[in-house]
Amino acid sequence: MEIGLSHYLTVAAILFTIGVFGIFANKKNVVVIMMSIELMLLAVTINLVAFSTYLQDMVGQIFTMFVLTVAAAEAGIGLAIVVVFFRNRGSIEVEDINSLKG
Amino acid sequence: MIHALTFYLFAAIAVVSAFMVVLNRNPVHSVLWLILTFFNGAGLFVLMGAEFVAMLVVVVYVGAVAVLFLFVVMMLDINMLSLREGMLQYVPVGAAIAIILAVEVGLLFLDWSFAGEAMSLRAAPTPDAGEVTNTEALGNLIYTQYVYLFQVAGLVLLVAMIGAIVLTLRINPNVRRQDIGRQISRPKSQVLAVRKVRSRGGI
Repeated sequence: MEIGLSHYLTVAAILFTIGVFGIFANKKNVVVIMMSIELMLLAVTINLVAFSTYLQDMVGQIFTMFVLTVAAAEAGIGLAIVVVFFRNRGSIEVEDINSLKG
Repeated sequence: MIHALTFYLFAAIAVVSAFMVVLNRNPVHSVLWLILTFFNGAGLFVLMGAEFVAMLVVVVYVGAVAVLFLFVVMMLDINMLSLREGMLQYVPVGAAIAIILAVEVGLLFLDWSFAGEAMSLRAAPTPDAGEVTNTEALGNLIYTQYVYLFQVAGLVLLVAMIGAIVLTLRINPNVRRQDIGRQISRPKSQVLAVRKVRSRGGI
């Protein structure tokens, strides 16, 4: 059985869908929402590398590196915000994050 | 055959552990499942011939990001029972949105093909794997054509680092820190006082 581009795209689509599901299913914990975002970024990188392989074009892998960079920066800043928020409010529930509602 | 088997193994474990990340009750277990997902994603990258990116995923995601998540989850004192109380309330909404998204992506798959001129529009065709390794080919591109983007990526990381430090740094006023400039520059008149002390008396 030949494993082609569409197999990898399917896996990436499933992972992305799970990430979206995780964002909506975990209204209580911001950290799990951030993990879901990481899952979605992993799905995107799988897409990029799959197309890079099947078009024989290196640029996809280079952009994967940039996606990784952005993911690392996002995780660092996001977790710092979560820590600061937990210090101030003593909770990381999404429903409690409403100080800006005006 | 081996290729197909390994693909299905990696893909199945990645999908199952991604589900466990989302549905787990304990955030610490979620992080551990996330690490398993990343490892299997790296396995998929190796199967696709992107070895360098695979190792990068292991080093950056597993070695840095996931461990960062683990530290934060373990340091925050979260009440796990209350965290999961309303979980079932949101699962139907999330499942509905996920199914809609999956159907949309499926519709995209139905009518999709490469453009005829796609192969001639490639920016940097992959060199023959027998002559140039994957890492070498990537390096040849990153340090020539994409050098400015590469530098900007480093700058993004620097800004993220400074931002994280600025956000989480707490200056405690009760801690007495050394201020060498002030300590050296204070005059003798502020520090020394000559007193006449009566014998058998105190100051």
